[in-house]
Amino acid sequence: MSGPQRVKFYQTGTFTVGNRLLDISVRSIQSDADRHNSLNSGHRACQGCGEALGARYALDAAMHAARGQLVVANATGCLEVFSTPYPESSWRVAWLHSLFANASSVATGMAAAMKVKGRTDVRVVAQGGDGGTVDIGFGCLSGMFERNDDVLYICYDNEAYMNTGVQRSSATPPAARTATTPAVGPEPGNVFGQGKNVPLIAMAHGIPYVATASVADLRDLEYKVARAMEFRGARYMHVHVPCPLGWGTPTSDTIKVARMAVECGLFPIVEAEYGEIIGRRELRQRIPVDDYLRTQSRFAHLFSSRHLGGRDEARIAQMQAIADRNIARFGLMSARTAEKVNA
Amino acid sequence: MNKPFAITLDVGSSLANKTGSWRTERPVYVDRLPPCNNACPAGENIQQWLYLAEEGNYEAAWRQIMRDNPMPATMGRVCYHPCEGACNRAHLDKAVGIHAIERFIGDLAIERRWSVKVEVASSGKRVLVVGAGPSGLSCAYHMALLGHSVTVMDAGPAAGGMMRFGIPKYRLPREILDAEVSRIESLGVTFRFNSKVSDLDATMREGGYDAAFLAVGAHLAKRAYIPAGDTSRILDALSVLRGIESGEQPLLGRRVLVYGGGNTAMDVARSARRLGASEAIVVYRRTRDKMPAHGFEVQEAMDEGVLFKWLSTIKAETEGPGGEGTFTVEKMKLDEKGYPQPTGEFEEIKADSLVLALGQDVDLSFLSKVTGLSVKDGVVEVGPSMMTGHEGIFAGGDMVPAERTVTVAIGHGKKAARNIDAFLRRTTHVPAPKHELAGFDRLNTWYYSDAPATVQPELDRARRASTFDEVVGGLDESNALFEARRCLSCGNCFECDNCYGVCPDNAVIKLGPGNRFRFNYDYCKGCGMCAKECPCGAIRMEPENI
Ligand SMILES: Cc1ncc(C[n+]2csc(CCOP(=O)(O)OP(=O)(O)O)c2C)c(N)n1
Ligand code: SF4
Ligand SMILES: [Mg+2]
Repeated sequence: MSGPQRVKFYQTGTFTVGNRLLDISVRSIQSDADRHNSLNSGHRACQGCGEALGARYALDAAMHAARGQLVVANATGCLEVFSTPYPESSWRVAWLHSLFANASSVATGMAAAMKVKGRTDVRVVAQGGDGGTVDIGFGCLSGMFERNDDVLYICYDNEAYMNTGVQRSSATPPAARTATTPAVGPEPGNVFGQGKNVPLIAMAHGIPYVATASVADLRDLEYKVARAMEFRGARYMHVHVPCPLGWGTPTSDTIKVARMAVECGLFPIVEAEYGEIIGRRELRQRIPVDDYLRTQSRFAHLFSSRHLGGRDEARIAQMQAIADRNIARFGLMSARTAEKVNA
Repeated sequence: MNKPFAITLDVGSSLANKTGSWRTERPVYVDRLPPCNNACPAGENIQQWLYLAEEGNYEAAWRQIMRDNPMPATMGRVCYHPCEGACNRAHLDKAVGIHAIERFIGDLAIERRWSVKVEVASSGKRVLVVGAGPSGLSCAYHMALLGHSVTVMDAGPAAGGMMRFGIPKYRLPREILDAEVSRIESLGVTFRFNSKVSDLDATMREGGYDAAFLAVGAHLAKRAYIPAGDTSRILDALSVLRGIESGEQPLLGRRVLVYGGGNTAMDVARSARRLGASEAIVVYRRTRDKMPAHGFEVQEAMDEGVLFKWLSTIKAETEGPGGEGTFTVEKMKLDEKGYPQPTGEFEEIKADSLVLALGQDVDLSFLSKVTGLSVKDGVVEVGPSMMTGHEGIFAGGDMVPAERTVTVAIGHGKKAARNIDAFLRRTTHVPAPKHELAGFDRLNTWYYSDAPATVQPELDRARRASTFDEVVGGLDESNALFEARRCLSCGNCFECDNCYGVCPDNAVIKLGPGNRFRFNYDYCKGCGMCAKECPCGAIRMEPENI
């Protein structure tokens, strides 16, 4: 991505959140002592919540780009429930909640209203979980894309319906155990279906901007929000946010797990404008999917299969094949990383 | 009540919800001991001065070094840098070139004439330092800074000890040494050269000294018994090196044998090449990997054409028909324990001279009238405060039991000074407790980008065989800065903002440049992400008392 690569070597590169050796103008928004904190302390998200972190990262960047003139529509889901138990709110942005399925439609209405009022300085963001986006809200979302409404939609993908107790969504990875895809029988966990890649579907609408991002790479995420805000019309961002409770990981490992998802190739980080891919975040240290899957108890059955009496090699290989395909398809391996990995 | 339909409560902020009560573990900021600091015999806070150098604040970095070591330009050249051997960065790519940065900073200080000042009132106490080598100089410097009046006596004509009369110029140019010595002198330290102390008791009494620090070094060359036809052909390493320093040209001839395997043997062999010897052959009784000389010195010697004869001892010398010397050498082999054993196989080598570099003993004769001292294996025993068995008399450097390096000597001088100060003020010196070590497993190395080490330029080989010009060059500013920025800041916060950024509960408060961070325990849920993502291991999770 052009963002992180613009600055040269400074002690730790630019992989850390801040860097005292950098000029203020190129430091991250999150490193600012006076950052906005769009999502305030005291919210009721679980310890180590990736979604709470991702939302603060993204909205602080959007607030920055919109000079504080931002309205947000929020779908039902953890993000809504943990932030606004009546009458308290954690939001420090103008924020509206309606239903599980219609955040994009509500946002379309907000954008239309602002246009009528001549307040084109006010920018609109819609946000929701993967369930609200790739499943139940999908029709509304596609409509918003097709009409090219002036909204940035951000999906926080934690790969299941977490708020209601970890049910499978169409963003749940194959083999994962959820409340509705238990790890029992000869094919435990979620099925190996066709998959449903909403960033690619969004691209197929030809909208101005589509990007994936991860809480594991703040600078990339901030860069993409800023870039998205430079466009008018429909924009889509898909942010990977691990859920310690739903995935079965230690609360301290949220960023580590997100990083591994990227580095194994299962969560490719790409960027597209008007339907064409224009950027990719290359892997720094490619790892086997094994390493990633092992960190999470939702995949534990792959490594101690009751049925097979040990490792479920076939399914692990299938997962690796998905990662390999992503790496090849999106060109995620730089020559340098390939050299390092082979060494 | 003016509220919308179905609303009964006022809007509130979630700040009312103190989620800190969920916590079972709490993060705390810690300082752990970087392995470089832990390995430094002079006790430098290397990580801290690198931190300052990273900002380009070289003067602050230099002042940080000067708290522990008065001779950065010298030490950046001659120290064998155990810090780099311990550096965590070696696990990633290559150790940080600490010595090269130290040398850069030390040279800059000389160029820009940075100086230190005595900032405490005079104590009125007088301290005698015997020996102006690294240990004596270090002690004198620290004692002066602590407000004492210091006199340094040395048997030789100039300050530096082994740094001047043992280490050749091509490793330590004399103007560098002189500049750093004169900075110590300008603190008010009195030097008296050509003043051998032969009776310490008497000198102490006459001078009215309240305490003494002894650091006379080890200058008596060890001899091996070698029956010889012409003993004038057999010289000892230290007098050869001393002769070169005083401008004499020792008569070594064209073919020189050097007997021994330590750094001094390398110094002599390399110097012999520079004095015109066409062959300098190091004869050593064991193998290369058993040589006490440092690997890079052996390598540099080989690069310069020094030859090596391993597993060999020299038995005798006879006069050849043409007046040249013939040395009888016996082949050795290593037994299972690695000790060399004679084989009974002999060969003869012709050479013009033989230089013995077999180590040195301490000349302890000046201590004969001092009571209470305990001498063991030829060196003076000292306690943890560097005090000898005689109250008020301290000792350090090569004359006490320790590794004999310049940096160890510098460290002894500092340690002794702090204890002498306490002795004179009738207090006790309590060193700060050591932090827990910041090992490699404490780091989250994802956050450090790849950065190969900056290699110092080396003097072109042909030139260095014939001159005493400095062999290893220095770094320029941009290289030094780059190299400093390779430091991982092991165990000590470098304000990268990771904890501040990754907390999902905004429970880290950023206090601004130089002030690090604070946890807001009202909202910290204790997830541990900050600790996990801290690159340098400066956060510890501690169980909460519930
Ligand atoms: C129409 C409707 N169906 C079901 C629900 C119950 N519900 C609330 S949140 C949620 C799951 C949200 O999942 P996702 O969108 O992935 O967000 P997450 O909680 O995982 O962040 C469900 C099923 C609802 N609020 N409305
Ligand atoms: S990386 Fe820096 S702090 Fe760590 S051991 Fe090396 S020089 Fe010392
Ligand atoms: Mg979800």
